[in-house]
Amino acid sequence: MTSDASRQARAGDSPGARAMVNGEASRTTRELFLGEGAGGGTQNLTVNIGPAHPAMHGIIRILAELDGEIIVKSDVEIGYLHRAFEKDCEVGPWNNAMPYTDRLNYVSPLINNFGYCSAVEKLLGIDITERCKYIRVIMSEISRICDHLTCVGASAMELGAFTVFLYMIKAREFLWELVEDVTGARLTISYGRVGGVKADLPAGFDDKVKKAFVEVRQVLEEVHVLITGNRIFMDRMVGVGALSAEETVAWAITGPLLRAAGVPFDVRKAQPYWAYDRVQFEIPLGKNGDNFDRYLVRMAEMEQSMRIVEQALGALPGGSIQVDWEGKAIDPAAYVDRGKQGKTEGLLFVPIALSPNLQGQGRDAQKRVNAPDKRVVLPPKENTYGSIEGLMNHFMLVMEGFGIRPPMGEAYFAVEGANGELGFYVVSDGSDRPYRVRCRPPCLPPVAAMSRMIEGQMVADIIPTFGSVNMIGGELDR
Amino acid sequence: MDGQAILARLETRLGARLLGTHDHRGDHTAIVAREGIIEALTFSRDESDLRFNVLMDLTAVDYLKLPGREDGPRFDVVYHLYSIPHNHRIRLKVPVEQDDPVVPTATSLWPIANWLEREVWDMFGIRFAGHPDLRRLLMYEEFEGHPLRKDYPIERRQPLIGPKV
Repeated sequence: MTSDASRQARAGDSPGARAMVNGEASRTTRELFLGEGAGGGTQNLTVNIGPAHPAMHGIIRILAELDGEIIVKSDVEIGYLHRAFEKDCEVGPWNNAMPYTDRLNYVSPLINNFGYCSAVEKLLGIDITERCKYIRVIMSEISRICDHLTCVGASAMELGAFTVFLYMIKAREFLWELVEDVTGARLTISYGRVGGVKADLPAGFDDKVKKAFVEVRQVLEEVHVLITGNRIFMDRMVGVGALSAEETVAWAITGPLLRAAGVPFDVRKAQPYWAYDRVQFEIPLGKNGDNFDRYLVRMAEMEQSMRIVEQALGALPGGSIQVDWEGKAIDPAAYVDRGKQGKTEGLLFVPIALSPNLQGQGRDAQKRVNAPDKRVVLPPKENTYGSIEGLMNHFMLVMEGFGIRPPMGEAYFAVEGANGELGFYVVSDGSDRPYRVRCRPPCLPPVAAMSRMIEGQMVADIIPTFGSVNMIGGELDR
Repeated sequence: MDGQAILARLETRLGARLLGTHDHRGDHTAIVAREGIIEALTFSRDESDLRFNVLMDLTAVDYLKLPGREDGPRFDVVYHLYSIPHNHRIRLKVPVEQDDPVVPTATSLWPIANWLEREVWDMFGIRFAGHPDLRRLLMYEEFEGHPLRKDYPIERRQPLIGPKV
């Protein structure tokens, strides 16, 4: 074969060339594959990305219309993780919604717990104790760091930086150990209670936090060295998925995405709640509103969160808890027996050795962390077992038809979740169960704006953009 | 701006279309008639001393079983607005009758209203007149009924997917 002939043969393979079908040159190769009418021109291709695609984190579907590799139009479909959160809340008493709120944003469940509690407290018109405010701040900020670590780690992994993911998950592990220490669980913590928190902080918590933060800071430094100036990482992130400040606001996007566009809105600063007006911190801002700025904002926010936790631990009223029941304490069974025999005189003042499961829930600790309101807060276990008043109070709160009964009305309370403003709108009809609970999910607006963010970009750009949105299925679909 | 002053501004603008106000637990709320809601939203967004530029939330409440409201309009569509420049909030509520559950859409004011209204349609069956794409958001197309309505029983089961047989 001469070189000319071979060139001709190769040209025959190109899409525009005529193919021989049944001996007649009637259809192009393109038509053979794409059907009649495909012609020599181009046509847009519709591609389904997700919901089973790992980069969609399992639960959303993007129907993208592609021109080559450019996304012309897309439609985002959600709802695959809908679990009727709002409907379920209406069925049980007010405190029963707590485990459901854990499962909204399952990376930072503590913030959801406290946000819901604060909304109900606002509806009830009660104030929580100073120490409880600080505990909520401390645990929320630890959760925020966990959330940002997961978001940055996972999106870096999707861009090929697997080491970053491993490092960040390692750092998160240290923080989750703190969470476990306080709440007894790692993920589904159910630590918030209307009127307070489940239990006081354990002994020696400050030291553990200090140790964990050393590790987290080291990881953040390593990650900065690994990817912040990394050519591959920056090529995928800088200028990708950008939204202008005006558009971000119009889409009601809050949190790190809004601040990356240069708008200094943070609920913690704008309308301070709990103890946020008593700690010093800054709001890190970006400029371009692209994925890279979102990454930088999140990295800077983690440092600010650690600052807040350290200050709050220093200012924690009441100091750290020293459980010193040893020696003086009596066995709970003996305590109950004494109560049964009617020997209740002075019994309320006898310290009791609580089971380790109830650590931090003793009478002294309860007083520090829970609002002094019998209509809302369960009595300490000593009172429940040791006096008829305590027992009655306990039953009045847990029996069906009794329990917490906010007066008829409505209230909206917003906290700064890891992804932006997390609002709870609660309506009461005066009974012991919520009439309506609405969660304003912070990651719904950015997912709604996804189509706009990826429009005109390459297919591969979906991955970092979707990562920077930090879509959390639990709160998106509720 | 003080919440009472915002309500006063809305009152002068809307006149009789403002049906009532309250500030339960410090949340200033204006109850607006359906005919006045788009004007109220536009006014709140554009007026220089109000500048409510964020539609924080849009939802609804079904008052079918609320004691004392058996005869009133069944639904309320609830708008939570926030102003970044002025750092204030307001809640607007539109009462909607059961027989005519339609509210004009706010999609021309805020693009996010698109999804939020789709969710309200999905969950409560309230239509938004002029909405460009009023599909269900969380449930699937074949789903029957609107689950957050008070007369939708929580234990009711429907096939998860697929056409009816």
